[in-house]
Amino acid sequence: MSLQWVWFALVGVLLAIYAATGGYDLGIGVLYPFLARSDAEKGVLRQSIGPVWDGNQVWLLVLGGALFGAFPLAYADALSAFYLAVMLILFGLILRAVSLEFHGHGSPVLKEVFDAGIFLGSLLPALLFGVAVGNLVEGIGMRAGRGGPQTTSSGLFSLLTPYTLLVGLAGLAVFLVMGSSWAALKTEGDLQRRSVAARSAMQIVLFVLVVALTALTAVNDIAKEQLSNGLGGPAGWIMLAVLIGGLVYARWGMLKKDDWQAFVGAVVTVAGLAGVGAAGLYPDLIRSDSGDGLAVTVSNAASGHLTLVLMLVVALIAVPVVLAYSIYVNRVFSGRIAPQDLEY
Amino acid sequence: MSALLLDRLQFAFTIGFHFIFAPLSIGLSVLLVLAERRYYRSGLEVDRHASSFWLKLLVATVAIGVATGVPMEFSFGTNWSSYSRFVGGVFGAPLAIEGLLAFFLESTFIGVLIFGRKRVSKRFYYLSAWLVTIGAHLSAVWILVANSWQQTPAGYEVVDGRAELTSVWSAVINYSTVPRILHTVFAAWVIGAFVVISISAYYILKGKHLQFAHRSLPSAIVVGLVAAVMMPVIGHWSAVIVSTHQPAKLAAMEGLYRSRDGAPLYLLGWVDTGGERVIGPYLPNMLSALADLDPYSEVKGLDAFEGSTPPVQIVFQSWHLMVALGMLFVLVMLIAGWLLWRRRLAYHRWFLWIMVVAVPLPWVATMAGWSTAEVGRQPWVVYNLMRTSQGASPTVTATQVASTLSLFVLIYALLFIAWMWVVTGIVRKGPDKVPVEVPHGAGVALAEAGAGAAAAGAPKEVTS
Repeated sequence: MSLQWVWFALVGVLLAIYAATGGYDLGIGVLYPFLARSDAEKGVLRQSIGPVWDGNQVWLLVLGGALFGAFPLAYADALSAFYLAVMLILFGLILRAVSLEFHGHGSPVLKEVFDAGIFLGSLLPALLFGVAVGNLVEGIGMRAGRGGPQTTSSGLFSLLTPYTLLVGLAGLAVFLVMGSSWAALKTEGDLQRRSVAARSAMQIVLFVLVVALTALTAVNDIAKEQLSNGLGGPAGWIMLAVLIGGLVYARWGMLKKDDWQAFVGAVVTVAGLAGVGAAGLYPDLIRSDSGDGLAVTVSNAASGHLTLVLMLVVALIAVPVVLAYSIYVNRVFSGRIAPQDLEY
Repeated sequence: MSALLLDRLQFAFTIGFHFIFAPLSIGLSVLLVLAERRYYRSGLEVDRHASSFWLKLLVATVAIGVATGVPMEFSFGTNWSSYSRFVGGVFGAPLAIEGLLAFFLESTFIGVLIFGRKRVSKRFYYLSAWLVTIGAHLSAVWILVANSWQQTPAGYEVVDGRAELTSVWSAVINYSTVPRILHTVFAAWVIGAFVVISISAYYILKGKHLQFAHRSLPSAIVVGLVAAVMMPVIGHWSAVIVSTHQPAKLAAMEGLYRSRDGAPLYLLGWVDTGGERVIGPYLPNMLSALADLDPYSEVKGLDAFEGSTPPVQIVFQSWHLMVALGMLFVLVMLIAGWLLWRRRLAYHRWFLWIMVVAVPLPWVATMAGWSTAEVGRQPWVVYNLMRTSQGASPTVTATQVASTLSLFVLIYALLFIAWMWVVTGIVRKGPDKVPVEVPHGAGVALAEAGAGAAAAGAPKEVTS
């Protein structure tokens, strides 16, 4: 088991942690105008992610840094190939961050602008992350380049195919399941009842989309061929089991009205989805769509031995510490939020 | 316009905008810790309100800093993919480490500061303020490690067209890392101190929130004084390293076109780029003396770096502007320190007014110093290894960059307006008022200062 493999797994883990933490606050952002019926309820939803969304987003930055350091070719090629999509994600994240933080300072009109900013700024990333993953599965234009294979396109519309859009919708759906599960866990009264209903409905939508995606993958020659390498192995089956286990565990939690279990199930679901994608890609990180076998792989994209060792040592020390204090702080803010508890 | 030029404009604009807020976050975080420390020790309501006030300012600033920092993490891949492919093995690691060690601390514990006053103990709250400050500083450390490696690369070898790490220590503590970190962090402290002093001075002049203002001023003046006085010392250290490792940059800083013994140092001037000379007053032999401790030593001119020289006028002017402002800050902070020590600050309204309006200057100095460093590095993106022109993403078109750059300009302009609006709102509202309570010991100084302000024409009522 080489260091490069370890780093591929670690990048996968970072992706899963971001999806699990950033996922529910993106979901809250998209559901925000639909779940909340009054300013007080909106305040409750904002406060439910207020203390944590910024920390959650750091996982995305760490994921970017880890990819840059461990697999520079993948970082450079994916980000430049998805240029406009990445920029839309970034503009979304900017809009969202400022809307969440400045909401308390706004006049009534500005508050509505910030409300729209929270929704749009969450929707763009929640949808486009999946579209990007779909493109990684289908493959993108590549050519041989200096120091390794290089991507050739950078447009937006070339990224949008029925298949990639479906992956995008599935990604959005899983974030919505997570968001509504979080809302069901953190709120009270009518808002909580609406969140429970949304949670159940969104999980059914997600299930349908996952089935449709599986069917479309089976008839999509490119995607099928691409995925069959990795998914045939034990890692693929384990990840598939995690995905199904997450769906079942969440549904079980919903049925017995255990909000905490439903949320954990949603987290496991998104980790399973990320895992299935990662297992399907391995050992490639980005591959060509034209069957010429060109690919940015775990071995040709990886940095040198010393870089990987350095980053691994730092990660092994820092990640547990970060998880420990994040969980501690999350516990400080645990419990349901009532409108009269609003602090900011 | 070419894609390359647009890539450069977009990077300069987005990082420059981000750098309005990043140093203020660092500087304010130090003063927040000091404010929270006062509350931790005194338990007085006025100190709690003071800490909450500076926190509000810090949160508004960090919000923009975070929002505009996220694109930076990805901008190397989106717009500079050739650069990223080349340097990722060395340059990427500090970015990942920055996230793990710095961003988490800052973002997690600022959440505690914003939402946790009633939920955590006073001790844990104070500790959280420390952790936010440490996080902000660690962030500066790691991004500057990466930047310093661009300036003075070390601890690597080039294998198959990619830089590979060979020594962690040499790459991290490369020739310019330590002075760059100290120089930048102290610059951030000067910015933070000027903001706190400016707002406090404004309140004193208006006769509002006097107790608050007089309790915030001393720590800000001490921080500002220490940082301002340290700047020239560390700046000199930085310049010596530039003269050794980036001699073309030094030549551009002083407009020295031809190598010569006993090179002069210009106090200010205009570079006649056609005539290849500088017009302005200078100190003979001073550049040689500062660079080598020998007034007759040879300093390399731009003629020694044919084809690899930075734009001289920009580097010359930004460098001289920074030095001039740095000296001004030393003077101003010495006066402020003296008046504070003599307890006469409130009597000198002219000086308070200067402190109110001087607040943009440390930003100007910081931007100027930064331009000196980064424009002076040109045409290299990694010094003597890779040219900026070789670093851009080959697949990203000029039209695409033009459209994203326009959006950045539009969105960031709105962000700036929003931030200014929020900050002026916070300042106008002021800290929460408390019934007058004067602590033991500090009473005399406060009463005296309050009386001073009142004597100078301020309303007599004493508010927080």
